[in-house]
Amino acid sequence: MTTAPDLRTSAETLGQSLPPLLAEAELLASTIMLGEHGRRRSGQGDEFWQYRPAHAGDSARLIDWRRSARSDTTFVREREWQAAQSVTLWVDTSRAMSFASAATTKADRARLLALATAVLLLRGGERVGLSGSDTPPRSGRSQLLSITRALTAQDTAADYGAPDPTGIAAHGRALFLSDFLGDIAGVETALARAADRGARGILCQVLDPAEEDFPFDGRTIFESMGGSLRHETLRAGDLRARYLDRLAERKDRLQTLARASGWHFTSHHTGDAPLPALLWLYRAIEGGR
Amino acid sequence: MWMIGPLGFSAPLLLLGLAALPVLWFLLRAVPPAPIRRRFPGVALLLGLTDDQAETDRTPWWLLLLRMAAIAAAIIAFAGPVLNPEQRKAGTGPLLIVFDASWADARDWPRRLDRATTLLDEASRTGRPVAVIRLTDTPEPVEFQSAEAWRGRLAALSPQPWLPAANAAWAAKLPAGDFDTFWLSDSLDHPDRSALFVALAKRGAVTVFQSPRPVLALAPATFGDGSIQLSATRLPATDPVEVEVIARGPDPSGIDRELARATLSFGLGSATAKVALALPPELRNRVNRFELAGIRSAGAVSLTDDSLKRRKIALIGGREDREGLRLLSPTHYLRQALSPMADLIDGTLTDALLASPDVIILADVAKLTQTEQDGLLDWLDKGGMLLRFAGPTLAASDISRSAEDPLLPVRLREGGRTVGGAMSWGEPKTLAPFPETSPFHGLAIPDDVTVTAQVLAQPDPDLATRTIAALADGTPLVTRKAAGQGQVVLFHVTANAEWSSLPLSGLFVQMLERLAVSTRPAAPDAADLEGQTWVAESLLDAYGQKADAAANAGVAGTDLATAIAAGPSANLRPGLYTGADRRVALNAVTAATTLAPALWPAGTTIEGLESTPERSLKGGFLSAALVMLMLDILAALALSGRLPRLARAAPLLAVLALLPQHARAQDDADAKAIRATEAVVLAHVLTGDDGVDKIAQAGLAGLGERLWERTSVEPEPPVGVNIETDELAFFPFLYWPVTTTQALPSATAYAKLNDYLRTGGMILFDTRDGDITRGGGTSPEGQALQRIAAGLDIPALEPLPKDHVLTRTFYLLQDFPGRYDGATVWVEAAPPDAEQVKGMPFRNLNDGVTPVVIGGNDWAGAWAVDDMGVPMFPVGRGFAGERQREMANRFGINLIMHVLTGNYKSDQVHVPALLERLGQ
Repeated sequence: MTTAPDLRTSAETLGQSLPPLLAEAELLASTIMLGEHGRRRSGQGDEFWQYRPAHAGDSARLIDWRRSARSDTTFVREREWQAAQSVTLWVDTSRAMSFASAATTKADRARLLALATAVLLLRGGERVGLSGSDTPPRSGRSQLLSITRALTAQDTAADYGAPDPTGIAAHGRALFLSDFLGDIAGVETALARAADRGARGILCQVLDPAEEDFPFDGRTIFESMGGSLRHETLRAGDLRARYLDRLAERKDRLQTLARASGWHFTSHHTGDAPLPALLWLYRAIEGGR
Repeated sequence: MWMIGPLGFSAPLLLLGLAALPVLWFLLRAVPPAPIRRRFPGVALLLGLTDDQAETDRTPWWLLLLRMAAIAAAIIAFAGPVLNPEQRKAGTGPLLIVFDASWADARDWPRRLDRATTLLDEASRTGRPVAVIRLTDTPEPVEFQSAEAWRGRLAALSPQPWLPAANAAWAAKLPAGDFDTFWLSDSLDHPDRSALFVALAKRGAVTVFQSPRPVLALAPATFGDGSIQLSATRLPATDPVEVEVIARGPDPSGIDRELARATLSFGLGSATAKVALALPPELRNRVNRFELAGIRSAGAVSLTDDSLKRRKIALIGGREDREGLRLLSPTHYLRQALSPMADLIDGTLTDALLASPDVIILADVAKLTQTEQDGLLDWLDKGGMLLRFAGPTLAASDISRSAEDPLLPVRLREGGRTVGGAMSWGEPKTLAPFPETSPFHGLAIPDDVTVTAQVLAQPDPDLATRTIAALADGTPLVTRKAAGQGQVVLFHVTANAEWSSLPLSGLFVQMLERLAVSTRPAAPDAADLEGQTWVAESLLDAYGQKADAAANAGVAGTDLATAIAAGPSANLRPGLYTGADRRVALNAVTAATTLAPALWPAGTTIEGLESTPERSLKGGFLSAALVMLMLDILAALALSGRLPRLARAAPLLAVLALLPQHARAQDDADAKAIRATEAVVLAHVLTGDDGVDKIAQAGLAGLGERLWERTSVEPEPPVGVNIETDELAFFPFLYWPVTTTQALPSATAYAKLNDYLRTGGMILFDTRDGDITRGGGTSPEGQALQRIAAGLDIPALEPLPKDHVLTRTFYLLQDFPGRYDGATVWVEAAPPDAEQVKGMPFRNLNDGVTPVVIGGNDWAGAWAVDDMGVPMFPVGRGFAGERQREMANRFGINLIMHVLTGNYKSDQVHVPALLERLGQ
């Protein structure tokens, strides 16, 4: 288990290499809050956007006299429209996530990715929180501390986890990090509820290379991390193809689910470097593509 | 012991355990391999999957087989398997151990002794009395003693360098009563061997023991067709085999060493092999023995005597004015008589003396110049033999008239005499029998040898002692005197048939032989050896080594002649025997020796040395069982999936790791070659002296830096080359610091260096002694350089001329200092036709780069910089010193430029001509 300061340090290190995340807000009406992020159109905000010739209807208060004095026409100084986004993170804390064939457990990697995303988002001025009721989305560096605390504290006894959609802001964003190896029904429910609230987000599946590869052979009894599930085989090597089929099927299912509700799905291995995954998450949250 | 074929078991009952194997089969089959427990989150996806093949819960058949084999091997191992167990059967009664003990036994004598020792041990255990005899000994009554008494004497027994000849006598000496016999035969047939065998077989069981290893015998070398003919025989004649013959003899410093080597090839099934060995006379005359390489036996050694030696004889005729009259030439008969057996030297006496001949023959030469006489006397003092023949010139001259000439044995009377001619009274004189003191004693005198004219000796007090042959009337015919270590012999007749018929007779040749003027081409016969006492000069033992000959008395010539024909015996051991004037070799194998295999009657027990020895297989079976159990562990691990993947690949990796060992060495050489050829690399010769090598390396590094800074030559870091092993062709320039300790290059290294010099390489020899040789003296390094350079193909040298291209390839230089200044620098001499073109400051020297530059200014010392680029050694003092270092660097740059660009700068002399041509 990574300790809180270590986790935060490594997350910040990872987050430093990215520019501030500009989250796109599609539906702001109800949750609109003025934030630091320009919408690349004129509107309410602090930052200068453009000068435009004043036309009828502009109040004299809006005219920028300093600019107008340099020419014959009068100009209005427009400001950039800025908005902030609510992002809710959910990290699977079940026993299954503590599996590691090499050094890094899936849980460690999931936390790292979640917190790095949080760092980026917070630095960009977004409001970030964890699902559930303990850590609602807030902005500011203090929120980072509470998220970190919450991430390192949680640990459940369940073998497999299901996403918890509570606390997702309406029309906000969500990021689910899990191995999604448990019952798919939980994911379906959570997605349905999140979609009901108009939230969109990302399913990020964190897998261990061993789970992707199935490098086992011989007579083997497989047990889940909590011991609730158990399967015995005499020639594990023979199961490999069928296991891989099922894994692909599971990924396909998740992909379909995500696409149906306008979410994104990605799969990440603990054997890979975390940065590409973070980049992908950053692009996905930013672009919504 | 219980036997299956050649396999015996010491505890055969344990083999019953093999019956339990089928039970084990069922037990093992019933137990599947233990499962392995794994925590794996992906198990959620596995639920519901079933195994395809149901039978895999049983151990696979091959693993079962492996385990069964392991257990079977263990059971067999503990049953004590023995291959070829010795079936000992104890005999009773006395035991007679018979050794042939000839030279043919010498090659495996220790093993024969071992076998005999085993017999003695057994005999001592069973209390049998034992007798040991050598058939090569003189027969004596056989007495049985206790085995302990023989044990000490057995070790002292050695084979003899002759063959057993007295078998019948031994048969007569056998003791009464029954006894068993163990005959260690040399596998050769000897006279009366079967008679002895019959005698022994009558008394009890005879076991014969003989070695299947071939017996090789080297026959005495003969001379024929201009080369030495060597032949060897072998027994048995089976597979083709090649044996090397080594000719040994003293080298010029007197140390015995190998002089030549030839290969005798025995064909398939052929018992003899011949080879001709052509050697230069100097070498051939030094050979004193031939031996078969690697065989320690007197039969494989053949001593050589005078019959192989060919003397160098200078033949000087007196008159050369009568050309074309060959039969009248004073030397014609001598030439005929000597040319088959000696190497003749023609020419003037002065020239002949230089060739240091063994014999100089002056045929009717009277007057010698003082120089010639002095030379002859010197040569006589060193042991030369001067043989003079009389003739008209000698008779007419007045030498040795009143006082004895030092080059004539006697004083001569004026004019000589003629007897039995047309104008004289009396019959032609015949020869008197040779007296016993004469070297000619024993030679038969043909009736038809007559003398018609001769020179006469003055009667002097010692005339009688000096006469070694006389006419029937007592007048001396041949006289001899000692001079220094040599001798002077005068034939009082001519060497042609003018004065006597002696040169026409066979006696003439024999007389020359007796005088050791010529040597016999073939083995001496009894007549040659008769009448003399021969003393052993050196003897051979059975192993072919020299034995002490001091204690041996002389032998009569007739005995020696018999022995030479029939082979040596206990009375006449093989060796080199010296007579009055010649040496005769008596070898263990004579020309007549034939090797016949010993044939034993059917039913005789014959043991071989090479009989398959008893060998316990217990260890082998146990380790096989262990290995199989180890394999079983691996296989079981692999089956249960506990063997990591990497470990599965381990055998493959191990194989791969073994493969590229050779390739790596090749790669190293390749990498070196690539490095040397990628850019200009300066190189220095590794001298073996670490300090010097380090300075050379640093010097070339410093020079390389100067080149980088100032020129477009950008050399890589320098390398040291080992001229023995490294390829030189990659380096345009070699710096060779000469040390006194460096060994001379080998012949191959010289060939490589000469190739290098011929193909455009340059070597800078630096004796580093410019401080002490400035005055023109020489130093140890200079001498070392002379030794090294003696083998190099170096052209004529000259001190570096003022207009040499080296003075202007990059910098204009007039002197070439290193750490020292002033020592002469030598380069290849300019061609003599080099001319200075009018108006040009240089001679027209266009072609070639000097292959060597030789100097002693310790340039590397001046160039050398350390890792920081700081000069390592001080040069001179103060600013002048730094100036000198700069000049040294400039010389180095000029030198490398010269190496790389050749005489490009010299071509500037053509610039006016080229411009002129362009103008047209």
